[in-house]
Amino acid sequence: MPEDIISLIQENIIQGRMTKDDEGIDEEMVGQPGVTELIEKGLASGLSIKDIITKGLSGGMNIVGQKFEAGEYFIPDMLASAQAVGAAMEILEPYLAGSGVNVKGKIIVATVKDDLHDIGKNIVSILLRGAGYTVKDLGNNVDIQVIVDAVREEKPQFLGLSALLTSTMACMADVIQRLEENGLRDQVKIIVGGAPVSEEFAKSIGADGYGADGFQAVAVVEALGSDTGS
Amino acid sequence: MPRKGILIDRPYERLTRKQVELIHQASMQILTDPGLISFNREAVDILHSHGAVVESIAGDHQSWKVKIPEQLVLSAMDSAPKTVKLGARNPDNTLIMNGDEPRVYLITGSETNIWLDVDFPTYVNKADSTKEIRVPEFKPRRGTVDDLCQSAHACEHLEMVDGYIRTVNIQDRDITEDNKDVNKFFASLNNNTKHFMSGLTSLKQLDNVVRMAELIAGGKKALKDNPIISFITCLVKSPLQFVDDTTSTFIEVCRRGLPIVVSSSPQAGTTAPIKEAGIMAQINAEVLAGITLGQLVKPGTPVLYGSVPVRARMDTLGDSYGSVETSQYNIDCVQMAHFYGLPNYSTSGVCDSKIPGQQSSIERLFSDIVVTMSGPQFLHCAFGLLDCNSVFCLLQAVLDDAHFKMIKFFLRQPRIDQMELEAMLKQIREVVATPQKLYIGHIRPLLRSGEISGLYPFEGSGETDEVFELAYERMKELLAKPVEHIDKKTTARIFEEIPGILPRLNIYERES
Repeated sequence: MPEDIISLIQENIIQGRMTKDDEGIDEEMVGQPGVTELIEKGLASGLSIKDIITKGLSGGMNIVGQKFEAGEYFIPDMLASAQAVGAAMEILEPYLAGSGVNVKGKIIVATVKDDLHDIGKNIVSILLRGAGYTVKDLGNNVDIQVIVDAVREEKPQFLGLSALLTSTMACMADVIQRLEENGLRDQVKIIVGGAPVSEEFAKSIGADGYGADGFQAVAVVEALGSDTGS
Repeated sequence: MPRKGILIDRPYERLTRKQVELIHQASMQILTDPGLISFNREAVDILHSHGAVVESIAGDHQSWKVKIPEQLVLSAMDSAPKTVKLGARNPDNTLIMNGDEPRVYLITGSETNIWLDVDFPTYVNKADSTKEIRVPEFKPRRGTVDDLCQSAHACEHLEMVDGYIRTVNIQDRDITEDNKDVNKFFASLNNNTKHFMSGLTSLKQLDNVVRMAELIAGGKKALKDNPIISFITCLVKSPLQFVDDTTSTFIEVCRRGLPIVVSSSPQAGTTAPIKEAGIMAQINAEVLAGITLGQLVKPGTPVLYGSVPVRARMDTLGDSYGSVETSQYNIDCVQMAHFYGLPNYSTSGVCDSKIPGQQSSIERLFSDIVVTMSGPQFLHCAFGLLDCNSVFCLLQAVLDDAHFKMIKFFLRQPRIDQMELEAMLKQIREVVATPQKLYIGHIRPLLRSGEISGLYPFEGSGETDEVFELAYERMKELLAKPVEHIDKKTTARIFEEIPGILPRLNIYERES
């Protein structure tokens, strides 16, 4: 039975079904338990947190990734699965300590001051949650000081900054400078992204990484995390 | 189940009802003054016996002036069927054309002399020999019967092609005027299960090709019920002349009761007035004269109102199918056919460009979109044709198919009703209440239902334009697919009964 629940969790991750009300890809799944209901059921059954995460959630996401690579899945499919993983991790968070699962780390994300465009940042947040990170989203048009304060208080391993406009991307450099002034720069790895942002720009302002899209952003965070042991 | 075609929700119309009526009235006047000149005696006799005024021109006994009274035309319009069925070897490919329903079927054609091969040689940058690009190179040559087989084969698998008009003139050494018709009919029918329409090279071959169709359809009655072939004749030469040989062909096809297109192709500026009102009044008169003759030969003959108007190029006085006026004339003709309740044969996609490329795409897409929107029932949309109908390139046909898929998608009826809007209001309220405010989750139910249009199918992976190379790959895939040939027994009977078919076209003999 426990193995059945793990398999169902994996299957529902592949289907991208967060709750019983979600449609998924295959027809006639509405009404059947989704990932959140199955996680609750698994916890009540005393399932291993490690098995739920590694076999159920990560196992499902691996298959989703393969399907995306093969052209069978589209980005909305990936996001639905990632959202389901994110919802599952929220439920599992209180149980992670002592579970034997390596916590991937915390990341603060924000769209910088005077920029209201947050679609890209929101997608990155979903994908990061799906990859097992704890994400604190500060929103859009975020004041520099708010970001600095959040880094000081939350002590994240990563900071993701987003901008869509050429007129606002310069604010990313201001954030980095203010973090340096406050002695916080070395505590956090900073990745930047957004339509006008480039690898060269990221280097020029002293960022640690650049993600051209949501998937690359996750890959960059993963790479930076392995460098630091996060 | 017939093919679905593209049903146009609200057809685009250029002309007001008043303008349509004015053109009709002008055409009626043209048919009595100046009337038509007929070089065909039989047509003269038929029209005369039904009340047309006829007089010999200068006593030459080879041409006659014919004045057709309005009542004769109107009565012919009454007897012409408002619904025409074009059958097919595969009944699922049947086309049902109703003069009152703007359901557009897309058909290939027409006959070109030149077949354009394509190759992709590699070029090396002189300044940097590590840089190479592959560039399409087009090589024209005379069309052959093998090319026709290949074209029919590929068009069988092009999703948007509803029917087949032969795309290439067969010019092999062993093809003569006497055996051309039977070979072009057999090559096309044997490699394509969709409806086949063609002109005739020699009237002497009419009974042979009809017999061939009877054998394939399963007999005389079966062919009547499922007319797998139809004909197109340009009996009218603009301005206002019945040509002797094509008029004879037209009369004989009508006698056999098979569907036929009465087609007129005046050129605005040379064989018709350059002004829209003038070419419209004339082409309408020419087509109505042909339809009238056909209905007098055999009332109830299934006929399509065929219109191929074109504007002259000002630099050569050749045809300019790529001109925007050509599309305007065609759309006007669709409206005129609709006025009479007759299915319309219209034209789009013919371009002035000599090879596939940007000019070709722009010219053909422009007319493909606007003429389709006007709702002709039979749209001869020139799949693969270039250089004003004188060149055929299979690669271009593959591109056209992809473009018509986009046009079909664009012309879908909007789904906006109370229930849909209520569902959308619910969705908007739900999403706006979420922290991320993204509708992406609601895409998924539509992703695999066909409700979201696909990417351009020949999009490259990098920054280079790979359209031609990808379309070429697609072309090879289509040609690698099997075709349902005419069965062995029927093929044997056809070769027994119909003289002149090239033995190399018998795939069963070839296999043995």
